[in-house]
Amino acid sequence: MNREKWIEILSEKWMLLATLLMCMLPLSMGIGLLIESMPLLQQYRLGSLIRNSAWSPAEGKFGMISFIVGTLWVTGLSLCMAAPVSLLVSIYVTQYAKPWLMRTIHIVMDILAGIPSVVYGVWGVLVIVPWISQKLAPTFGYSSSGYCILSGGLVLAVMSIPYILHLQIEIFRTIPIELKEVSLSLGATYWETIKHVLLRQARRGIIASVGLGISKALGETIAVLMVVGNVPQIPENIFQAGYPLPALIANNYGEMMSVPHYLSALMFASLILFLIICLFNSVSHWIIYKINRI
Amino acid sequence: MYNNDIIRIENLHVTTATQVILKDINLKIPRNRITVILGPSGCGKTTLLKCLNRLTDLHPQLQVSGKVWIDDEDIFQPNVDVIAVRKKMGLLSQRPYPLPMSIYQNVAYGLKMQGIADKHTIRERVQHYLEEVGLWKEVKDRLHSPASKLSIGQQQRLCLARGLAVQPEIILADEPTSALDPISSKKIEEKFLELKSDYTLVLVTHILRQAKRLADHVIFMYLGEVIEQGTPQEIFEHPQTTILREYLKSGH
Ligand SMILES: Nc1ncnc2c1ncn2[C@@H]1O[C@H](COP(=O)(O)OP(=O)(O)OP(=O)(O)O)[C@@H](O)[C@H]1O
Ligand SMILES: [Mg+2]
Repeated sequence: MNREKWIEILSEKWMLLATLLMCMLPLSMGIGLLIESMPLLQQYRLGSLIRNSAWSPAEGKFGMISFIVGTLWVTGLSLCMAAPVSLLVSIYVTQYAKPWLMRTIHIVMDILAGIPSVVYGVWGVLVIVPWISQKLAPTFGYSSSGYCILSGGLVLAVMSIPYILHLQIEIFRTIPIELKEVSLSLGATYWETIKHVLLRQARRGIIASVGLGISKALGETIAVLMVVGNVPQIPENIFQAGYPLPALIANNYGEMMSVPHYLSALMFASLILFLIICLFNSVSHWIIYKINRI
Repeated sequence: MYNNDIIRIENLHVTTATQVILKDINLKIPRNRITVILGPSGCGKTTLLKCLNRLTDLHPQLQVSGKVWIDDEDIFQPNVDVIAVRKKMGLLSQRPYPLPMSIYQNVAYGLKMQGIADKHTIRERVQHYLEEVGLWKEVKDRLHSPASKLSIGQQQRLCLARGLAVQPEIILADEPTSALDPISSKKIEEKFLELKSDYTLVLVTHILRQAKRLADHVIFMYLGEVIEQGTPQEIFEHPQTTILREYLKSGH
Protein backbone atom coordinates (compact mmCIF):
# COMPACT_ATOMS: atom_id res chain seq x y z
CA MET A 1 0.00 0.00 0.00
CA ASN A 2 1.33 3.47 -0.79
CA ARG A 3 2.45 6.03 1.68
CA GLU A 4 -0.22 8.67 1.08
CA LYS A 5 -2.89 6.20 1.90
CA TRP A 6 -1.25 5.29 5.22
CA ILE A 7 -0.88 8.93 6.14
CA GLU A 8 -4.49 9.45 5.23
CA ILE A 9 -5.65 6.64 7.49
CA LEU A 10 -3.34 7.60 10.35
CA SER A 11 -4.30 11.26 10.37
CA GLU A 12 -7.94 10.37 10.23
CA LYS A 13 -7.51 8.09 13.25
CA TRP A 14 -5.74 10.84 15.16
CA MET A 15 -8.48 13.30 14.46
CA LEU A 16 -11.05 10.77 15.51
CA LEU A 17 -9.17 10.16 18.73
CA ALA A 18 -8.91 13.86 19.53
CA THR A 19 -12.60 14.31 18.82
CA LEU A 20 -13.50 11.38 21.05
CA LEU A 21 -11.36 12.80 23.83
CA MET A 22 -13.19 16.12 23.47
CA CYS A 23 -16.50 14.33 23.79
CA MET A 24 -15.32 12.36 26.81
CA LEU A 25 -14.35 15.48 28.71
CA PRO A 26 -17.76 16.60 29.95
CA LEU A 27 -18.75 13.01 30.57
CA SER A 28 -15.69 12.33 32.70
CA MET A 29 -16.31 15.54 34.61
CA GLY A 30 -19.87 14.54 35.31
CA ILE A 31 -18.81 11.07 36.42
CA GLY A 32 -16.09 12.52 38.65
CA LEU A 33 -18.58 14.79 40.37
CA LEU A 34 -21.00 11.91 40.74
CA ILE A 35 -18.37 9.72 42.41
CA GLU A 36 -17.47 12.51 44.82
CA SER A 37 -21.13 13.02 45.72
CA MET A 38 -21.67 9.33 46.39
CA PRO A 39 -21.07 9.46 50.18
CA LEU A 40 -23.89 11.99 50.52
CA LEU A 41 -26.15 10.14 48.11
CA GLN A 42 -25.66 6.87 50.03
CA GLN A 43 -26.67 8.55 53.27
CA TYR A 44 -29.64 10.55 52.03
CA ARG A 45 -32.40 9.96 49.52
CA LEU A 46 -31.88 11.91 46.28
CA GLY A 47 -35.45 13.18 46.25
CA SER A 48 -35.31 14.56 49.75
CA LEU A 49 -31.94 16.23 49.11
CA ILE A 50 -33.36 18.08 46.15
CA ARG A 51 -36.78 18.85 47.61
CA ASN A 52 -35.62 19.97 51.05
CA SER A 53 -34.92 23.60 51.74
CA ALA A 54 -33.18 23.22 55.12
CA TRP A 55 -29.44 23.87 54.86
CA SER A 56 -27.45 23.33 58.02
CA PRO A 57 -24.39 21.16 57.50
CA ALA A 58 -23.55 21.03 61.21
CA GLU A 59 -26.93 19.43 61.87
CA GLY A 60 -26.57 17.20 58.84
CA LYS A 61 -29.19 19.04 56.73
CA PHE A 62 -28.28 19.43 53.09
CA GLY A 63 -31.42 20.66 51.32
CA MET A 64 -30.61 21.98 47.86
CA ILE A 65 -33.82 23.50 46.57
CA SER A 66 -33.10 27.08 47.73
CA PHE A 67 -29.83 27.07 45.83
CA ILE A 68 -31.37 25.62 42.69
CA VAL A 69 -34.17 28.18 42.77
CA GLY A 70 -31.68 30.97 43.51
CA THR A 71 -29.58 29.97 40.50
CA LEU A 72 -32.58 29.86 38.19
CA TRP A 73 -33.87 33.20 39.44
CA VAL A 74 -30.63 35.08 39.00
CA THR A 75 -29.94 33.54 35.60
CA GLY A 76 -33.49 34.04 34.41
CA LEU A 77 -33.51 37.68 35.48
CA SER A 78 -30.23 38.38 33.77
CA LEU A 79 -31.47 36.69 30.61
CA CYS A 80 -34.63 38.80 30.59
CA MET A 81 -32.55 41.96 30.83
CA ALA A 82 -29.56 41.07 28.66
CA ALA A 83 -31.29 39.44 25.69
CA PRO A 84 -33.56 42.30 24.60
CA VAL A 85 -30.98 44.99 25.26
CA SER A 86 -28.24 43.31 23.27
CA LEU A 87 -30.63 42.48 20.43
CA LEU A 88 -31.75 46.10 20.13
CA VAL A 89 -28.19 47.39 20.29
CA SER A 90 -26.91 44.91 17.74
CA ILE A 91 -29.70 45.74 15.29
CA TYR A 92 -29.17 49.45 15.73
CA VAL A 93 -25.42 49.26 15.40
CA THR A 94 -25.38 47.03 12.33
CA GLN A 95 -28.38 48.45 10.48
CA TYR A 96 -28.70 52.11 11.33
CA ALA A 97 -25.58 53.50 12.93
CA LYS A 98 -22.72 55.27 11.23
CA PRO A 99 -19.38 53.41 11.06
CA TRP A 100 -17.81 55.49 13.84
CA LEU A 101 -20.53 54.41 16.27
CA MET A 102 -19.86 50.80 15.36
CA ARG A 103 -16.18 51.29 16.15
CA THR A 104 -17.04 52.97 19.44
CA ILE A 105 -19.33 50.12 20.44
CA HIS A 106 -16.57 47.66 19.70
CA ILE A 107 -14.20 49.52 21.99
CA VAL A 108 -16.83 49.75 24.71
CA MET A 109 -17.53 46.03 24.42
CA ASP A 110 -13.86 45.18 24.69
CA ILE A 111 -13.49 47.32 27.79
CA LEU A 112 -16.58 45.83 29.42
CA ALA A 113 -15.47 42.30 28.59
CA GLY A 114 -12.04 42.94 30.03
CA ILE A 115 -13.18 44.20 33.42
CA PRO A 116 -12.60 41.53 36.08
CA SER A 117 -15.60 39.96 37.69
CA VAL A 118 -14.69 41.30 41.13
CA VAL A 119 -14.82 44.88 39.84
CA TYR A 120 -18.37 44.33 38.64
CA GLY A 121 -19.08 43.02 42.13
CA VAL A 122 -17.70 46.16 43.76
CA TRP A 123 -19.69 48.31 41.35
CA GLY A 124 -22.77 46.30 42.23
CA VAL A 125 -22.21 46.77 45.94
CA LEU A 126 -21.53 50.50 45.64
CA VAL A 127 -24.13 51.44 43.03
CA ILE A 128 -26.76 48.80 42.37
CA VAL A 129 -27.33 47.63 45.95
CA PRO A 130 -28.00 51.12 47.42
CA TRP A 131 -30.09 52.08 44.41
CA ILE A 132 -32.31 49.03 44.81
CA SER A 133 -32.65 49.35 48.58
CA GLN A 134 -33.29 53.09 48.57
CA LYS A 135 -35.09 53.75 45.30
CA LEU A 136 -36.36 50.78 43.39
CA ALA A 137 -37.70 48.49 46.13
CA PRO A 138 -39.59 51.32 47.97
CA THR A 139 -41.12 52.40 44.65
CA PHE A 140 -42.71 48.98 44.36
CA GLY A 141 -43.63 48.95 48.04
CA TYR A 142 -41.03 46.45 49.23
CA SER A 143 -38.33 46.89 51.79
CA SER A 144 -35.03 45.41 50.81
CA SER A 145 -31.43 45.47 51.92
CA GLY A 146 -30.47 45.73 48.28
CA TYR A 147 -28.57 42.48 48.51
CA CYS A 148 -31.03 40.48 46.49
CA ILE A 149 -31.51 38.32 43.42
CA LEU A 150 -32.42 41.37 41.34
CA SER A 151 -28.99 42.87 42.08
CA GLY A 152 -27.42 39.56 41.13
CA GLY A 153 -29.41 39.38 37.91
CA LEU A 154 -28.60 42.98 37.02
CA VAL A 155 -24.87 42.62 37.58
CA LEU A 156 -24.90 39.38 35.65
CA ALA A 157 -26.82 41.00 32.78
CA VAL A 158 -24.31 43.82 32.54
CA MET A 159 -21.51 41.27 32.50
CA SER A 160 -23.03 39.09 29.82
CA ILE A 161 -24.24 41.86 27.48
CA PRO A 162 -20.84 42.53 25.88
CA TYR A 163 -20.42 38.82 25.29
CA ILE A 164 -23.85 38.29 23.73
CA LEU A 165 -23.63 41.57 21.83
CA HIS A 166 -20.34 40.62 20.27
CA LEU A 167 -21.78 37.40 18.90
CA GLN A 168 -24.94 39.08 17.67
CA ILE A 169 -23.13 41.87 15.86
CA GLU A 170 -21.09 39.25 14.02
CA ILE A 171 -24.26 37.37 13.13
CA PHE A 172 -25.93 40.44 11.66
CA ARG A 173 -22.80 41.40 9.80
CA THR A 174 -22.56 38.07 8.02
CA ILE A 175 -26.04 38.40 6.53
CA PRO A 176 -25.51 39.24 2.85
CA ILE A 177 -26.59 42.74 1.92
CA GLU A 178 -28.30 41.30 -1.14
CA LEU A 179 -30.96 39.82 1.09
CA LYS A 180 -31.87 43.30 2.22
CA GLU A 181 -31.84 44.48 -1.38
CA VAL A 182 -34.29 41.74 -2.33
CA SER A 183 -36.69 42.61 0.44
CA LEU A 184 -36.50 46.36 -0.22
CA SER A 185 -37.01 45.96 -3.94
CA LEU A 186 -40.12 43.90 -3.25
CA GLY A 187 -41.54 47.02 -1.63
CA ALA A 188 -40.84 46.36 2.03
CA THR A 189 -39.83 49.23 4.29
CA TYR A 190 -36.51 49.13 6.07
CA TRP A 191 -38.12 48.12 9.32
CA GLU A 192 -40.19 45.39 7.67
CA THR A 193 -37.02 44.11 6.11
CA ILE A 194 -35.32 43.90 9.48
CA LYS A 195 -38.31 42.28 11.12
CA HIS A 196 -39.23 39.73 8.48
CA VAL A 197 -35.94 38.98 6.80
CA LEU A 198 -32.94 39.84 8.95
CA LEU A 199 -34.34 38.62 12.25
CA ARG A 200 -35.57 35.50 10.56
CA GLN A 201 -32.26 34.82 8.93
CA ALA A 202 -30.45 35.49 12.21
CA ARG A 203 -32.80 33.75 14.63
CA ARG A 204 -30.75 30.61 15.00
CA GLY A 205 -27.65 32.64 15.75
CA ILE A 206 -29.55 34.89 18.13
CA ILE A 207 -30.79 31.94 20.15
CA ALA A 208 -27.35 30.37 20.15
CA SER A 209 -25.75 33.63 21.30
CA VAL A 210 -28.18 34.03 24.17
CA GLY A 211 -27.70 30.39 25.07
CA LEU A 212 -23.95 30.77 25.16
CA GLY A 213 -24.23 34.00 27.12
CA ILE A 214 -26.40 32.30 29.71
CA SER A 215 -24.18 29.26 30.02
CA LYS A 216 -21.34 31.62 30.71
CA ALA A 217 -23.44 33.67 33.11
CA LEU A 218 -24.42 30.55 35.06
CA GLY A 219 -20.82 30.09 36.01
CA GLU A 220 -20.02 33.71 36.86
CA THR A 221 -19.55 33.54 40.59
CA ILE A 222 -17.69 36.33 42.31
CA ALA A 223 -19.68 39.36 41.22
CA VAL A 224 -23.00 37.68 41.88
CA LEU A 225 -21.87 36.36 45.22
CA MET A 226 -21.01 39.88 46.35
CA VAL A 227 -24.49 41.33 45.74
CA VAL A 228 -26.97 38.52 45.99
CA GLY A 229 -27.19 38.29 49.77
CA ASN A 230 -26.27 34.61 50.19
CA VAL A 231 -29.17 33.59 52.38
CA PRO A 232 -30.25 29.98 51.88
CA GLN A 233 -33.95 30.59 51.32
CA ILE A 234 -36.38 30.42 48.46
CA PRO A 235 -36.89 34.08 47.50
CA GLU A 236 -40.53 35.12 47.33
CA ASN A 237 -39.88 38.20 45.25
CA ILE A 238 -36.95 39.66 43.36
CA PHE A 239 -36.08 42.02 46.21
CA GLN A 240 -35.22 39.17 48.58
CA ALA A 241 -31.83 37.63 49.04
CA GLY A 242 -30.99 34.37 47.35
CA TYR A 243 -28.11 31.95 47.21
CA PRO A 244 -27.11 30.58 43.81
CA LEU A 245 -25.15 27.31 43.54
CA PRO A 246 -21.82 28.81 42.36
CA ALA A 247 -21.87 31.18 45.34
CA LEU A 248 -22.55 28.30 47.72
CA ILE A 249 -19.61 26.35 46.39
CA ALA A 250 -17.21 29.29 46.31
CA ASN A 251 -18.19 30.55 49.77
CA ASN A 252 -17.79 27.25 51.54
CA TYR A 253 -15.17 25.27 49.73
CA GLY A 254 -12.13 24.96 51.98
CA GLU A 255 -14.09 25.84 55.12
CA MET A 256 -15.86 22.58 55.66
CA MET A 257 -13.97 21.87 58.93
CA SER A 258 -14.61 18.24 59.65
CA VAL A 259 -18.36 18.38 59.24
CA PRO A 260 -19.31 14.98 57.84
CA HIS A 261 -20.61 14.92 54.25
CA TYR A 262 -20.03 18.67 53.80
CA LEU A 263 -17.48 18.23 51.02
CA SER A 264 -19.64 15.62 49.40
CA ALA A 265 -22.61 18.02 49.55
CA LEU A 266 -20.63 20.73 47.78
CA MET A 267 -19.67 18.22 45.11
CA PHE A 268 -23.31 17.35 44.78
CA ALA A 269 -24.08 21.07 44.35
CA SER A 270 -21.49 21.21 41.56
CA LEU A 271 -23.07 18.19 39.95
CA ILE A 272 -26.47 19.91 39.98
CA LEU A 273 -24.97 23.04 38.42
CA PHE A 274 -23.30 20.89 35.81
CA LEU A 275 -26.59 19.18 35.01
CA ILE A 276 -28.46 22.49 34.81
CA ILE A 277 -25.95 23.74 32.26
CA CYS A 278 -26.19 20.51 30.27
CA LEU A 279 -29.97 20.72 30.32
CA PHE A 280 -29.89 24.34 29.27
CA ASN A 281 -27.57 23.63 26.37
CA SER A 282 -29.67 20.72 25.21
CA VAL A 283 -32.77 22.88 25.24
CA SER A 284 -31.18 25.59 23.15
CA HIS A 285 -29.81 23.03 20.71
CA TRP A 286 -33.23 21.50 20.49
CA ILE A 287 -34.75 24.89 19.68
CA ILE A 288 -32.14 25.51 17.00
CA TYR A 289 -32.80 22.09 15.56
CA LYS A 290 -36.53 22.77 15.47
CA ILE A 291 -35.99 26.07 13.71
CA ASN A 292 -33.69 24.44 11.20
CA ARG A 293 -36.48 22.32 9.90
CA ILE A 294 -38.96 25.12 9.24
CA MET B 1 -47.86 64.84 -20.38
CA TYR B 2 -47.11 61.39 -21.67
CA ASN B 3 -43.46 60.71 -22.00
CA ASN B 4 -42.24 57.90 -24.14
CA ASP B 5 -39.15 57.37 -22.06
CA ILE B 6 -40.02 55.87 -18.72
CA ILE B 7 -36.50 56.28 -17.32
CA ARG B 8 -34.16 59.15 -18.05
CA ILE B 9 -30.65 59.29 -16.65
CA GLU B 10 -28.56 62.44 -16.76
CA ASN B 11 -24.91 62.82 -15.81
CA LEU B 12 -24.99 59.89 -13.44
CA HIS B 13 -21.70 59.35 -11.63
CA VAL B 14 -21.06 56.64 -9.08
CA THR B 15 -17.74 56.60 -7.29
CA THR B 16 -16.13 55.04 -4.28
CA ALA B 17 -13.19 56.55 -2.43
CA THR B 18 -10.77 54.81 -4.78
CA GLN B 19 -12.66 53.98 -7.94
CA VAL B 20 -14.99 55.45 -10.53
CA ILE B 21 -17.70 52.87 -11.13
CA LEU B 22 -20.05 54.79 -13.39
CA LYS B 23 -18.94 57.80 -15.38
CA ASP B 24 -21.27 60.38 -16.85
CA ILE B 25 -24.12 58.10 -17.82
CA ASN B 26 -26.82 59.65 -20.02
CA LEU B 27 -29.60 57.32 -21.06
CA LYS B 28 -33.22 57.15 -22.00
CA ILE B 29 -35.07 53.92 -21.55
CA PRO B 30 -38.23 53.55 -23.65
CA ARG B 31 -41.52 52.45 -22.21
CA ASN B 32 -42.92 49.01 -23.08
CA ARG B 33 -39.69 47.94 -24.68
CA ILE B 34 -36.91 45.58 -23.79
CA THR B 35 -33.66 47.41 -23.28
CA VAL B 36 -30.63 45.18 -23.15
CA ILE B 37 -27.43 46.25 -21.43
CA LEU B 38 -24.26 44.57 -22.69
CA GLY B 39 -20.74 44.89 -21.47
CA PRO B 40 -17.83 42.94 -20.09
CA SER B 41 -17.80 41.79 -16.49
CA GLY B 42 -17.17 44.53 -13.96
CA CYS B 43 -18.16 47.42 -16.22
CA GLY B 44 -20.90 48.60 -13.87
CA LYS B 45 -24.10 47.07 -15.23
CA THR B 46 -25.35 45.81 -11.88
CA THR B 47 -24.47 49.11 -10.24
CA LEU B 48 -26.46 50.97 -12.88
CA LEU B 49 -29.53 48.84 -12.17
CA LYS B 50 -29.14 49.40 -8.45
CA CYS B 51 -29.14 53.16 -8.98
CA LEU B 52 -32.54 52.89 -10.61
CA ASN B 53 -34.31 51.87 -7.42
CA ARG B 54 -31.91 53.55 -5.05
CA LEU B 55 -30.46 50.38 -3.60
CA THR B 56 -27.26 52.38 -3.61
CA ASP B 57 -28.61 53.87 -0.36
CA LEU B 58 -27.58 50.62 1.31
CA HIS B 59 -23.95 51.10 0.37
CA PRO B 60 -22.62 54.14 2.18
CA GLN B 61 -19.28 53.79 0.39
CA LEU B 62 -20.92 54.61 -2.96
CA GLN B 63 -21.19 58.28 -3.85
CA VAL B 64 -23.94 58.94 -6.35
CA SER B 65 -24.42 62.17 -8.25
CA GLY B 66 -26.57 63.09 -11.21
CA LYS B 67 -30.23 62.70 -11.96
CA VAL B 68 -32.51 59.76 -12.56
CA TRP B 69 -36.08 60.44 -13.59
CA ILE B 70 -38.62 57.71 -13.39
CA ASP B 71 -42.04 58.66 -14.70
CA ASP B 72 -40.80 62.27 -14.53
CA GLU B 73 -39.94 62.03 -10.87
CA ASP B 74 -36.35 62.71 -9.87
CA ILE B 75 -35.73 59.79 -7.54
CA PHE B 76 -32.60 61.17 -5.90
CA GLN B 77 -34.47 64.13 -4.44
CA PRO B 78 -34.42 63.83 -0.66
CA ASN B 79 -38.21 64.03 -0.25
CA VAL B 80 -38.98 61.21 -2.67
CA ASP B 81 -40.97 58.26 -1.36
CA VAL B 82 -38.34 55.59 -1.90
CA ILE B 83 -40.72 52.77 -1.07
CA ALA B 84 -43.11 53.90 -3.80
CA VAL B 85 -40.25 54.13 -6.28
CA ARG B 86 -39.10 50.62 -5.39
CA LYS B 87 -42.61 49.26 -5.67
CA LYS B 88 -42.67 50.39 -9.28
CA MET B 89 -39.62 48.31 -9.98
CA GLY B 90 -38.89 44.65 -9.71
CA LEU B 91 -35.25 43.76 -9.44
CA LEU B 92 -34.25 40.26 -10.37
CA SER B 93 -30.77 40.09 -9.00
CA GLN B 94 -27.84 38.42 -10.62
CA ARG B 95 -27.52 35.63 -8.08
CA PRO B 96 -30.64 34.13 -6.56
CA TYR B 97 -31.17 35.14 -2.96
CA PRO B 98 -34.16 33.26 -1.62
CA LEU B 99 -35.56 34.87 1.51
CA PRO B 100 -35.15 32.76 4.65
CA MET B 101 -38.65 31.32 4.46
CA SER B 102 -40.64 28.71 2.61
CA ILE B 103 -41.07 28.57 -1.15
CA TYR B 104 -44.64 29.75 -0.83
CA GLN B 105 -43.77 32.61 1.49
CA ASN B 106 -41.00 33.76 -0.82
CA VAL B 107 -43.56 34.64 -3.46
CA ALA B 108 -46.20 35.74 -0.97
CA TYR B 109 -43.80 38.09 0.85
CA GLY B 110 -43.80 40.81 -1.79
CA LEU B 111 -47.57 40.61 -2.11
CA LYS B 112 -48.00 41.06 1.60
CA MET B 113 -45.57 43.97 1.59
CA GLN B 114 -47.65 45.57 -1.15
CA GLY B 115 -50.62 45.44 1.20
CA ILE B 116 -52.49 42.45 -0.21
CA ALA B 117 -54.00 40.67 2.76
CA ASP B 118 -56.58 38.40 1.17
CA LYS B 119 -55.28 34.85 1.56
CA HIS B 120 -57.19 33.62 -1.46
CA THR B 121 -55.74 36.25 -3.79
CA ILE B 122 -52.26 35.55 -2.49
CA ARG B 123 -52.60 31.82 -3.01
CA GLU B 124 -53.86 32.29 -6.55
CA ARG B 125 -51.09 34.66 -7.47
CA VAL B 126 -48.40 32.45 -5.95
CA GLN B 127 -49.59 29.52 -8.01
CA HIS B 128 -49.99 31.64 -11.13
CA TYR B 129 -46.47 33.03 -11.05
CA LEU B 130 -44.87 29.75 -10.09
CA GLU B 131 -46.56 28.28 -13.15
CA GLU B 132 -45.35 31.20 -15.27
CA VAL B 133 -41.72 30.43 -14.49
CA GLY B 134 -42.25 26.71 -14.87
CA LEU B 135 -41.64 25.86 -11.25
CA TRP B 136 -45.11 24.90 -10.08
CA LYS B 137 -44.96 21.24 -11.06
CA GLU B 138 -41.62 20.79 -9.33
CA VAL B 139 -42.57 22.40 -6.03
CA LYS B 140 -46.31 22.06 -5.60
CA ASP B 141 -45.90 19.23 -3.10
CA ARG B 142 -43.36 21.04 -0.97
CA LEU B 143 -44.51 24.65 -1.02
CA HIS B 144 -43.88 24.95 2.68
CA SER B 145 -40.35 23.64 2.81
CA PRO B 146 -37.43 26.09 2.88
CA ALA B 147 -36.61 27.83 -0.39
CA SER B 148 -32.91 27.45 0.32
CA LYS B 149 -33.20 23.70 -0.33
CA LEU B 150 -34.00 24.28 -4.01
CA SER B 151 -31.32 23.93 -6.67
CA ILE B 152 -29.70 27.13 -7.94
CA GLY B 153 -31.67 27.08 -11.18
CA GLN B 154 -34.89 26.51 -9.28
CA GLN B 155 -33.99 29.33 -6.92
CA GLN B 156 -33.43 31.63 -9.87
CA ARG B 157 -36.86 30.82 -11.24
CA LEU B 158 -38.36 31.29 -7.78
CA CYS B 159 -36.77 34.73 -7.56
CA LEU B 160 -38.17 35.50 -10.97
CA ALA B 161 -41.66 34.47 -9.87
CA ARG B 162 -41.27 36.52 -6.71
CA GLY B 163 -40.26 39.60 -8.69
CA LEU B 164 -43.02 39.24 -11.26
CA ALA B 165 -45.73 38.53 -8.68
CA VAL B 166 -45.66 42.09 -7.36
CA GLN B 167 -46.43 43.30 -10.89
CA PRO B 168 -43.96 46.16 -11.13
CA GLU B 169 -44.06 48.72 -13.94
CA ILE B 170 -40.43 48.22 -14.70
CA ILE B 171 -38.56 44.95 -14.49
CA LEU B 172 -34.83 45.13 -13.96
CA ALA B 173 -33.39 41.73 -14.73
CA ASP B 174 -29.73 41.10 -14.05
CA GLU B 175 -28.72 38.02 -16.02
CA PRO B 176 -31.97 36.26 -15.17
CA THR B 177 -31.19 33.09 -17.09
CA SER B 178 -27.55 32.60 -16.14
CA ALA B 179 -28.23 29.43 -14.16
CA LEU B 180 -30.95 27.97 -16.32
CA ASP B 181 -31.04 25.16 -18.84
CA PRO B 182 -31.88 26.04 -22.45
CA ILE B 183 -35.52 25.03 -22.13
CA SER B 184 -36.20 27.10 -19.01
CA SER B 185 -34.27 30.00 -20.53
CA LYS B 186 -36.42 29.87 -23.59
CA LYS B 187 -39.56 29.91 -21.46
CA ILE B 188 -38.34 32.94 -19.58
CA GLU B 189 -37.46 34.73 -22.80
CA GLU B 190 -40.94 34.07 -24.17
CA LYS B 191 -42.35 35.36 -20.93
CA PHE B 192 -40.35 38.57 -21.28
CA LEU B 193 -41.53 39.14 -24.83
CA GLU B 194 -45.07 38.67 -23.64
CA LEU B 195 -44.59 41.03 -20.68
CA LYS B 196 -43.37 43.77 -22.97
CA SER B 197 -46.86 44.97 -23.80
CA ASP B 198 -47.57 45.93 -20.20
CA TYR B 199 -44.15 46.43 -18.68
CA THR B 200 -40.81 47.99 -19.40
CA LEU B 201 -37.89 45.63 -19.17
CA VAL B 202 -34.23 46.34 -18.63
CA LEU B 203 -32.18 43.24 -19.12
CA VAL B 204 -28.52 42.61 -18.47
CA THR B 205 -27.13 39.63 -20.28
CA HIS B 206 -23.84 38.15 -21.43
CA ILE B 207 -25.52 36.00 -24.04
CA LEU B 208 -25.37 37.86 -27.35
CA ARG B 209 -27.89 35.62 -29.03
CA GLN B 210 -30.34 36.26 -26.24
CA ALA B 211 -29.78 39.98 -26.63
CA LYS B 212 -30.49 39.73 -30.33
CA ARG B 213 -33.64 37.74 -29.76
CA LEU B 214 -35.08 40.11 -27.20
CA ALA B 215 -33.72 43.61 -27.59
CA ASP B 216 -35.58 46.62 -28.87
CA HIS B 217 -32.83 48.90 -27.67
CA VAL B 218 -29.24 48.01 -26.85
CA ILE B 219 -26.76 49.76 -24.58
CA PHE B 220 -23.12 48.81 -24.60
CA MET B 221 -21.02 49.71 -21.58
CA TYR B 222 -17.32 49.52 -21.02
CA LEU B 223 -15.40 50.44 -17.85
CA GLY B 224 -18.24 52.45 -16.36
CA GLU B 225 -19.15 54.34 -19.50
CA VAL B 226 -21.84 53.98 -22.13
CA ILE B 227 -19.88 53.50 -25.34
CA GLU B 228 -22.69 52.97 -27.79
CA GLN B 229 -26.44 52.67 -27.81
CA GLY B 230 -29.08 52.17 -30.45
CA THR B 231 -31.35 49.69 -32.12
CA PRO B 232 -30.17 46.07 -32.32
CA GLN B 233 -29.55 46.61 -36.01
CA GLU B 234 -27.23 49.55 -35.35
CA ILE B 235 -25.37 47.84 -32.56
CA PHE B 236 -25.00 44.35 -33.96
CA GLU B 237 -24.69 45.11 -37.66
CA HIS B 238 -22.92 48.43 -37.67
CA PRO B 239 -20.82 48.85 -34.54
CA GLN B 240 -19.02 52.20 -34.57
CA THR B 241 -16.24 51.66 -32.08
CA THR B 242 -13.42 49.13 -32.07
CA ILE B 243 -14.22 48.09 -28.48
CA LEU B 244 -17.73 47.04 -29.41
CA ARG B 245 -16.48 45.28 -32.56
CA GLU B 246 -14.01 43.30 -30.45
CA TYR B 247 -16.72 42.47 -27.92
CA LEU B 248 -19.13 41.25 -30.58
CA LYS B 249 -16.46 39.26 -32.35
CA SER B 250 -15.38 37.34 -29.27
CA GLY B 251 -18.99 36.81 -28.30
CA HIS B 252 -19.76 34.66 -31.31
N1 LIG C 1 -20.73 48.31 -3.02
C1 LIG C 1 -19.59 48.45 -3.72
N2 LIG C 1 -18.49 48.93 -3.13
C2 LIG C 1 -17.34 49.07 -3.81
N3 LIG C 1 -17.20 48.76 -5.10
C3 LIG C 1 -18.26 48.27 -5.76
C4 LIG C 1 -19.52 48.08 -5.10
N4 LIG C 1 -20.38 47.58 -6.00
C5 LIG C 1 -19.71 47.45 -7.14
N5 LIG C 1 -18.43 47.87 -7.02
C6 LIG C 1 -17.40 47.87 -8.08
O1 LIG C 1 -17.97 48.43 -9.24
C7 LIG C 1 -17.52 47.78 -10.39
C8 LIG C 1 -18.70 47.36 -11.23
O2 LIG C 1 -19.41 46.35 -10.56
P1 LIG C 1 -20.77 45.76 -11.13
O3 LIG C 1 -21.23 44.71 -10.18
O4 LIG C 1 -21.70 46.87 -11.40
O5 LIG C 1 -20.28 45.07 -12.49
P2 LIG C 1 -21.12 44.27 -13.57
O6 LIG C 1 -21.03 45.02 -14.83
O7 LIG C 1 -22.45 43.96 -13.05
O8 LIG C 1 -20.26 42.94 -13.72
P3 LIG C 1 -20.76 41.43 -13.95
O9 LIG C 1 -21.08 41.31 -15.40
O10 LIG C 1 -19.58 40.61 -13.59
O11 LIG C 1 -21.93 41.20 -13.08
C9 LIG C 1 -16.65 46.63 -9.92
O12 LIG C 1 -15.30 46.98 -10.12
C10 LIG C 1 -16.97 46.49 -8.46
O13 LIG C 1 -15.83 46.10 -7.76
MG1 LIG D 1 -23.43 42.26 -12.46
